Formats: sequence, structure tokens, C-alpha cells
Amino acid sequence: MFKIIVDFFIPVQHDKSAEYQRRVRLLAYAIVVTMVFALFYVTTSWVAGYFTGLSIMMGSWICYLILLFLLKQGLNVFKVANIFGLIGIVSIYGSIYFSGGFESPVLPWLASTPIVLLLIAGKRSGYFWAIVAVLIVLTFGLMDYLGFQFPKAYDESKEYYFTLSCQTGLVLIIFFISIVFENLRVKAYNQVTQQKEALETTLSELKATQSQLIQAEKMASLGELTAGIAHEIQNPLNFVNNFSEVSIELLDEMKIDLDRGNTDDAKELANDVIQNLEKINHHGKRADAIVKGMLQHSRSSSGVKEPTNINALADEYLRLAYHGLRAKDKSFNATMKTDYDETIGNINIIPQDIGRVILNLITNAFYAVNEKKQQAPPPPEGGILNQRNNYEPTVIVSTKLIIPPSGGQRGAVQIVVADNGNGIPQKALDKIFQPFFTTKPTGEGTGLGLSMSYEIVTKGHGGELKVETKEGEGSVFTIVLPV
Amino acid sequence: MKILVVDDERDIQTLFEQRFRKEIKEKALEFAFAFSGEEALVYLNQHEHEKVLILSDINMPGMSGLELLRHIKEIYHKPPPVVMMITAYGDAENFDTAKKYGADDFLTKPVDFNMLKEKFKQ
Repeated sequence: MFKIIVDFFIPVQHDKSAEYQRRVRLLAYAIVVTMVFALFYVTTSWVAGYFTGLSIMMGSWICYLILLFLLKQGLNVFKVANIFGLIGIVSIYGSIYFSGGFESPVLPWLASTPIVLLLIAGKRSGYFWAIVAVLIVLTFGLMDYLGFQFPKAYDESKEYYFTLSCQTGLVLIIFFISIVFENLRVKAYNQVTQQKEALETTLSELKATQSQLIQAEKMASLGELTAGIAHEIQNPLNFVNNFSEVSIELLDEMKIDLDRGNTDDAKELANDVIQNLEKINHHGKRADAIVKGMLQHSRSSSGVKEPTNINALADEYLRLAYHGLRAKDKSFNATMKTDYDETIGNINIIPQDIGRVILNLITNAFYAVNEKKQQAPPPPEGGILNQRNNYEPTVIVSTKLIIPPSGGQRGAVQIVVADNGNGIPQKALDKIFQPFFTTKPTGEGTGLGLSMSYEIVTKGHGGELKVETKEGEGSVFTIVLPV
Repeated sequence: MKILVVDDERDIQTLFEQRFRKEIKEKALEFAFAFSGEEALVYLNQHEHEKVLILSDINMPGMSGLELLRHIKEIYHKPPPVVMMITAYGDAENFDTAKKYGADDFLTKPVDFNMLKEKFKQ
């Protein structure tokens, strides 16, 4: 019943925040509860023969009703609340004044306005109405002190009854308002808890998806590498096969020479075979290193830093990335320049992780120069190669040991991947390290490469990943790793 | 006959020299080596009007074998060099491009040296 009445006066305001709607509901409840108590007070006044108070309360009752309709019309909840406070305090003031002033049993009712307003309209309204209520009490007190005679408009023979019902009423109204508030608070708390649980579920799902994506990204980059790896392994294997075959021929010849006593020729052949075996060994190791590198790339990171030759690592991924792209796009070509600082030696890094960062940067660089090349006008048919266009796609990988200025203990190693592609537009530059940001067509990029690279360099190695770019001229990515 | 082998793998020189040691000894074949497309062009410029058979890898950093082929067929007309292409990926696309650019033959890695010898004899 009570709820139905309250609901009737609550406006439909879907555009307002949940907190606002909660306050509207609270306000409607407070006004309706107050109106019920006003009726109770009207009855008490009538019994006590306090007709002035009765009139005041009837008047305020009508005001409250109008206020409820204003609330229903969508009048701002804070305005309605403060008008409600005003009506409340004025009617209570009147009731006090005409029922004995400072000694009136209605005086404690002044407490209700600040409490209700605090709960409905917040602290500021609460403070304001508390000050108003205190000022009224002080005024009454001062007037009484100065000997002012307040009218007593009720039947004095009913004074005991009147006082009793006023005090009881006050206790009850504060309690009821508190109950309403508590109910709404519990409801809001439950809502928040539910939302929190829902968010936690979403978060754990997101985390799971993220780790799947990281794995997918790893596999995707491995896929890009596959063709490069195939090419890189095929070459050494061909050498192993060829040199072993040719060595058999050489040894057959050597046997003939030995039979004939041509020891000098035989020795020469033996030296050739030794040389070939060395080459077989060399190319076998080469293939071995490639396979190891591939396994290392697909394996989850060990997370363990180990002494690594950064130049060899960078070079390996440069070749793999290049051949991978070449295998996918036959027309792709780019000049690779390298400048490795041989004084670096081994540095302590997680090789799989830094390898992935380097691979990412190099793949991006190749992608950038390839894009620019494709935008360049096609060569005129029959044109001469060197003049067909001026653009020469170039990717430069360099490393450098940065010796700290005198006094500094720690140096750093800088790995630079530079390209002369199209550069990164300013509006994309702020976002390139954000997860899932990609400028590649849907399905071609996960948008995780650079964000993961950034994490690896900064969080995993305490280093820096910087980018400098000029639109139309190219980009330079610099990894700085403390050593 | 002079053969120019173009490949970015340097060990290819040792391999060819051993595989064709008899032919080299008998001076039936003469080999020259270039380790990039650019080097090959330099060699061709220096040895113009010489009959050369070119045996080129396709996948090389810098100028690819296909670009080299295109270039050779466009510029060096007299005498027209015979160009054989070698690639690690024996796929249709490279084959078609090589044919389109005028390659005289197309080999896939691993190279069958006995077959290559037969081809040289022809």
C-alpha cells in the first residue's frame, strides 16, 4: 500500500544516475511518511484542542501533496528536498510558537528536519537545516530568557496527552525515516555487490582471453616466420647434402690416387674433404641454431634472464622476418642494413622475450616500407631498373653500447630498428603502445605486438621503448636496456 | 663456356668448384661467382660481349634474382645471355614470373648437379 503510493509519485527518469533515482525514491518516502505523521499530529491537535496547530499541519499537508506532484513532474530532487525542509521547519516553527514556545512539547521536532534533509539531500543541506534548527531553538531560548510570553493555544487540561503524543510521534518519525533510509541503503549495497561480482567475472574472463590472445599472437608471429625458417633451414641442409655427396666423390678419387701412389694428390683431396666436413659441421650447426631459435620463440617465456648475444639475436630475427615476408609476398624486397656494436658482448636478458620485441619491430618496419613501396607509382614498362623509382625501401638494425658518463655505474644497450616507410601519423602515435590498436586491415594484425613489446621492455627488463617518427619519412624504434 | 653463379651464400663457390672440379681442370667450364644481384651486374658490365651463362638464386637480400633477370634481359642483348633461375621455393608464382621475364630455365633447390652437368653440356 505504502509502496504503491510512493511509486505513484516517482517520476520515470531513465536518463538520471542510479544515485539520483535513489534520492528521489528516498525523498518520496520521506514526504509520504511525513504526511502520515502530519495526519497523526492533526488528530492529536484536534484531541488537544490545538486548532492553530491543526490548521498549520493541514496547510503543510496540502503543501506536501503539491510537492509530491512537483516531484512527479520531474522537478529537481534537491529543490524538492529543500522546499520540503522549508515547509517542515516553518510548520514546526508555527506549531512551537503557538503551543508555548520554548517550553512547547513540539520543540524537539525541530531535530527531524536536519536529519531527514541530511539523508535525502546530502551533507550540505543537512548542515544548512541543522544551523536553521539550532538558530530557531536559540531564538526561542533567548525570547524566553527575555521574558517573552508565548501563546498556548491548546487546551491546557490536555497538556499531558499532547506532550506524550508529540514526543512519541517524534521518536517514531525519526525511526521510520531511518528505516526507509536503511532499506534503500541495503538495496543499493546489494546492487553494488552484484555489480562487483559481475565485474569480477568479466575481469577474469578478460584475463583468460588476454592470455589466449598473447598465445595467439605468438603463434601468429611464428606463422609469419615459418616460411622464413623453411628457407633458412633449406640452405644449410642443401650444403650438408651437397658437401657430403661431393666428399664421397673426393674420397673415391683419393682411393684411386692412393692405389696409384699419388700421395700428393691424395693429400690435397684429403684436405678438401676436411674442409668439406668443416663446412658440413658449420651448416649443420646453422640449421640447429635456427630450429632452436624457433622452438624458443614458440615456447612460453622462461622468464629467466640469461647472457645473450644481442647482435646474433637481432640478426637471426632480421633474416627470419625478411625471408618470412619474402615467402608471403614475392614482390617484396627491401635493403637491410645492419650496424652491430661488437663491443657489447653478452647481456642479461630473457632471449625469447627480447627476440619477440625485435621481431615485432622488424616485421613492422618491413611492413611500413612495403606499404610505401606499393604506394609509389609502378615502374614504366621496359624502364631501366635504377631509374624506375627513387624510393628504396630500407630497414636498418643497429646496436650500440652506451657507456655511462663518468661516475655512473650502469650503462645501457641500445637496439635501434629504423625504416624509411610512411612514418606514423600523429593521431595514431599516442595509441601505438595500447593493446589492440592496429592500423592493419582486420585480420592482419592483432594489435598486440607493440603493446606486448612495451610491456616486455619496460616491465620485464626495466628498459625503455621509444619511437621517433616523421610522417612520410619513416620511423625509428629504440629499445634501451640497462646492463 | 663461362658460367656466372649468383647466390648470397658464399659456400656455393667451394661447392661448385668441387662439383665441377673435373670440368674446371679440363677447362670445359669456367666459373665466376657473384654474391648479390648488384655484384652480378658489375661483373656483366666488366665482361660485356662475352658469352656467359648465368645461374642465379632468386631469394637474395637487396636485388632479388628475378629483378636481376629482368634487368639482364632488358639491357644485355648481344650476345643474349642464357639465364637459369634457382629457388628454394619451387612454386608456380616464381616460375611464372621467371618465365615472363625470359628465364631460359628454372631449377629448384636442392640442385641436382648431375642434371645441371647435362644441361651445361647442351
